[in-house]
Amino acid sequence: MIQLYDITKVYPNEIKALDNVTIRFPKGSFNFLVGPSGAGKSTLIKLIYREEFPTRGRVIFNGRNVTRMRRREVPFLRRKIGMVFQDFRLLPQKTVYENVAFALEIAGASSRVIKKAVPAALEVVGLKQKAGVFPGHLSGGEQQRVSVSRAIVNNPDLIIADEPTGNLDPETAWELMRLFLDINQSGTTILMVTHARDIVNEMKQRVIELAGGQVVRDEEKGTYSL
Amino acid sequence: MRLRTICYYFREALQSILRNSWLSITSIGVVAVSLFILGCSLLVVLNAGNVADNLESSVEISIFFKDQATPAQIKEVEDKLTGLSEVAQYEFVTKQKALEEMKKNFGEQKGILDGLEEEEKNPLPDAFRVKTHMVEQVAPLAKQFEGLIQVDEVRYGQGVVEQLMALSHWVRTAGLVTMVLLGVAAVFLIATTIRLSVFSRRREIEIMKFLGATNWFVRFPFLLEGMFLGLAGSLLAVAAIYYGYFSIISSIQVSLPFVPMVSNRNLIILLMEGLLLAGLVIGAAGSMISVRRFLKV
Ligand SMILES: Nc1ncnc2c1ncn2[C@@H]1O[C@H](COP(=O)(O)OP(=O)(O)O)[C@@H](O)[C@H]1O
Ligand SMILES: [Mg+2]
Repeated sequence: MIQLYDITKVYPNEIKALDNVTIRFPKGSFNFLVGPSGAGKSTLIKLIYREEFPTRGRVIFNGRNVTRMRRREVPFLRRKIGMVFQDFRLLPQKTVYENVAFALEIAGASSRVIKKAVPAALEVVGLKQKAGVFPGHLSGGEQQRVSVSRAIVNNPDLIIADEPTGNLDPETAWELMRLFLDINQSGTTILMVTHARDIVNEMKQRVIELAGGQVVRDEEKGTYSL
Repeated sequence: MRLRTICYYFREALQSILRNSWLSITSIGVVAVSLFILGCSLLVVLNAGNVADNLESSVEISIFFKDQATPAQIKEVEDKLTGLSEVAQYEFVTKQKALEEMKKNFGEQKGILDGLEEEEKNPLPDAFRVKTHMVEQVAPLAKQFEGLIQVDEVRYGQGVVEQLMALSHWVRTAGLVTMVLLGVAAVFLIATTIRLSVFSRRREIEIMKFLGATNWFVRFPFLLEGMFLGLAGSLLAVAAIYYGYFSIISSIQVSLPFVPMVSNRNLIILLMEGLLLAGLVIGAAGSMISVRRFLKV
């Protein structure tokens, strides 16, 4: 479903963030992306949702060349990708419900669709009863579940999570991980950048390790490090 | 476009305006002042043109006859006029006709002239009105008739038109320069306001972008915000000019009835519509500058 071919990314400041990376992410797979800070993990996912362009190589998403996509097609690419970040990135002046609904509003969904899809997406993350609350009044774990809810409300093909448990305590992190597994079970591809060693070791999913911009390990049912 | 989306745009734009209320008010004020000046100078130019048009017809020579001038003597003058190549046209104005014209000029105050209709009471003389081909020919031509026995007086109003045109030109230039300067200031002030809005919403914009918002979805509230500021400013200017102008007109019509003011409501309304459009354009231009420079989408 997603293929990266011979990707090299050099930033304008001459830093080579990715060096000849080739990876495939099959449809419905669960992928951990690990590696030290500065290894190029965030850069790699930015290439997928076209926040950045590769210096060389191709990114293919659902058979489309992302790099060659026209500017006005990019929003439609991003609506196929749910994003979850370490810092949640919720809008503080909108309620939980409105935050999730916003993703649909942006996509131009009708009120009828929004009224059905938002409660369903909140149900999945177990926050239906918090719909009217503002993010500031929620715990970190709850806020991250709101952002997961927002990520899935559009029925994306892929969910990208950049260190989603980075700000959460281990127990909350596990709850969130189970949520991602559920979502993956329903067929959504997941690509997760993480530093959570224990979780990776226990989950027995594919692990890709980056170091210095290169893939140094790619294992099915892998562990955090050797 | 969905109603829901349109509501969203308006809500966001209004929120931004309220959030930066002081800068918003300043922007509205500067737009209002610059359009006020533009409107006033346009009105002055319009009226100067109108007065000039009226005066142009009075840059002519009036040859007034003595009361006792005989028709033959008048004919003698007419023959002389026919023979002169400088004369573009001439017209004989009887005293009755002169009185009617004066009444027309006085408009609603024509009552002053009541009772002068009878032949003996009418103080106005018979006259020829003569136009020359060129303004410079007026004075020499007038001289040729000054000494004649049947002629009481020869009058002409050279110089007035030139002065008026010069004034109108000056007002136009000064108004244009001020208006352009203030207009540019207004555009940049709006650009600054929008830049602040963009800045205070950068987190939100970032979120919108990864959620797959189109460029126009992100930009539109800011564009709307700028256009709203411009429109609000121009509305203030238009309201001030409209009420100010019509109250000035009505007081001038009472005290100086012979000054021909432009009072055609449709023309004035057209001018006001132009000012509103200018406000919108200023607002849109200001926000486009900021949206293009600070909203890399
Ligand atoms: N926008 C950027 N401009 C310049 N250098 C960058 C930029 N983003 C990241 N880098 C550099 O690229 C390298 C990889 O960064 P990143 O992909 O963020 O690593 P990771 O997410 O694995 O910590 C780092 O050296 C970082 O400093
Ligand atoms: Mg990173």
